[in-house]
Amino acid sequence: MDNGLTTFLKNLRLETVTLEGKIELGKDVYVIRLARRQSFLPGQVVGLSLGGLPPRLYSIASGPDDPYIELLFNIKPDGLLTPRLASLKPGDALSVSAPFGAFLGDQKPAWWIAAGTGIAPYRAMMRAGLGHNKMLIHGGRTADSFYFENEMLSAFGERYVRCCSQESGPGLYSGRLTSWLKEQPQIDPTLLYYLCGSAEMVVEVRDILISKGVPIEHVMSEIYF
Amino acid sequence: MEQQKPALFGKTAAEIREIAAQLGLPAFASGQIVDWLYNKHVDSIDKMSNLSRQARALLSEHFVLGKSAPTSVQVSADGTKKYLYRSGTNRFVEAAYIPDEDRATLCVSSQVGCKMGCLFCMTGKQGFQSQLSAGEILNQISSLPERDKLTNIVYMGMGEPLDNLEEVMRSLEILTAEWGFGMSPRRITVSTIGMIPAMKHFIEHSECHLAISLHSPFHDERRKLMPIENVYPAEEVIEVLRTFDLSRQRRISFEYIMFKDLNDTPRHVKGLTKLLNGLRCRINLIRFHPIPDTPLESSTEQTIQLFREALVKKGIRTTVRASRGQDIFAACGLLSTKELVKVQAPDF
Repeated sequence: MDNGLTTFLKNLRLETVTLEGKIELGKDVYVIRLARRQSFLPGQVVGLSLGGLPPRLYSIASGPDDPYIELLFNIKPDGLLTPRLASLKPGDALSVSAPFGAFLGDQKPAWWIAAGTGIAPYRAMMRAGLGHNKMLIHGGRTADSFYFENEMLSAFGERYVRCCSQESGPGLYSGRLTSWLKEQPQIDPTLLYYLCGSAEMVVEVRDILISKGVPIEHVMSEIYF
Repeated sequence: MEQQKPALFGKTAAEIREIAAQLGLPAFASGQIVDWLYNKHVDSIDKMSNLSRQARALLSEHFVLGKSAPTSVQVSADGTKKYLYRSGTNRFVEAAYIPDEDRATLCVSSQVGCKMGCLFCMTGKQGFQSQLSAGEILNQISSLPERDKLTNIVYMGMGEPLDNLEEVMRSLEILTAEWGFGMSPRRITVSTIGMIPAMKHFIEHSECHLAISLHSPFHDERRKLMPIENVYPAEEVIEVLRTFDLSRQRRISFEYIMFKDLNDTPRHVKGLTKLLNGLRCRINLIRFHPIPDTPLESSTEQTIQLFREALVKKGIRTTVRASRGQDIFAACGLLSTKELVKVQAPDF
């Protein structure tokens, strides 16, 4: 029997690109910078692979006008790909698919809600100039899990909420982002709500929004498959 | 099943041959082991009585058999039974046994939980915990008390089967091989929400039937129900299906849960007709079984019947699936082991 991974690679039409840079943003969390081959829409994903490993999908974290693409990932201890990605050096080759996906930002007022590395597509949207009428709510376990924090503070100011479930600190809401949402006396049902993160986070947040009167038509979700 | 030693159950004939050779067993022993595993459905290595005592000791030294009986069963008023199987120490999956007049179907799980987060699904509410191995998938069949009555297997239980492609394909190989369970692929249906690359692989490498969860013909409406639409839109899923020759016995069906006022209008009939135009397929309409905290409601019986008739008039073969096991939460979309799962601290 053929290995399913081979077919997956073939279908995603991966191209070899060179790693231009890598920054460690926090414990076991990195952003890598790659040569950009194609244009994309903020919110889209690419398939990423290395040495024939099964590709994984990552939201592009850089803006559509940036001359490179940036991808945010954390090391999965049991994963095959992410530990190897973390050990790459500038100049190393890796394989990337063309951008695709329909979790796209637009000019309408909205709340952008993320957990962990789910912040990535919102950074792309923010860098595309779509952040001016948005509220950004980011959940993380520790105070260093608010990736691109300075950039987001500068762009969103008071409209940037950091919910920290295991630590406290200046400017942080102490608790899970689901607690913060539940505490809101009113949630505007006319706004759009974008959710990006794990299945657990998306399902839980979606239920809270619906319980507070947000119609399902106003909830857009991107799950890390 | 978190065990120190690997499990024999769930290995293919080729893998068993390799194991036998590595252990220095005679060549014919691999055939005997396979026969005990998948034909005689033995529940311990010791019971492989035509293997020498030394061979059994060697196997037991390096492997466990890897099967376990269900830990509990619930019985519905309509005869449906929901079995609970253990996976590892703290995880469980459910399988629904659905007897009917001339058939008996088992709905098996492929993952503990699910990553897909579909709005209408109870399994999605528990998040994703782990993949099942091929052995754990097949154990739901092999250890089922009604195993010998089974006529059909559907991969429609907990999890997205094609998000666990390799283990699902391995289980299908064992299910359909003559040396394995010897089931006809025409008796097996794998359901997916349309993960395109894995779906292509499945169509190319399996002869089993394929069911696709559709639930709306419109991109903007489907993405609210099923986040996967953002990555693999139904329109592209169907374009991919059109590239395959589906004229043989293989059946492609589309699962369509009927939600009141959401996807049950004449506009949706028109959309479905346009989307599926020319594709040899069947639509299976499913009553929505409400889950806690959902804003969704099922369409009325009358609406479902009118919707079916409208699709039939458009030339699309359309059936309405009977609801089974609703009183024990075994019906479509209701399987969940959330209460039994030891959940890790979330990252938000």
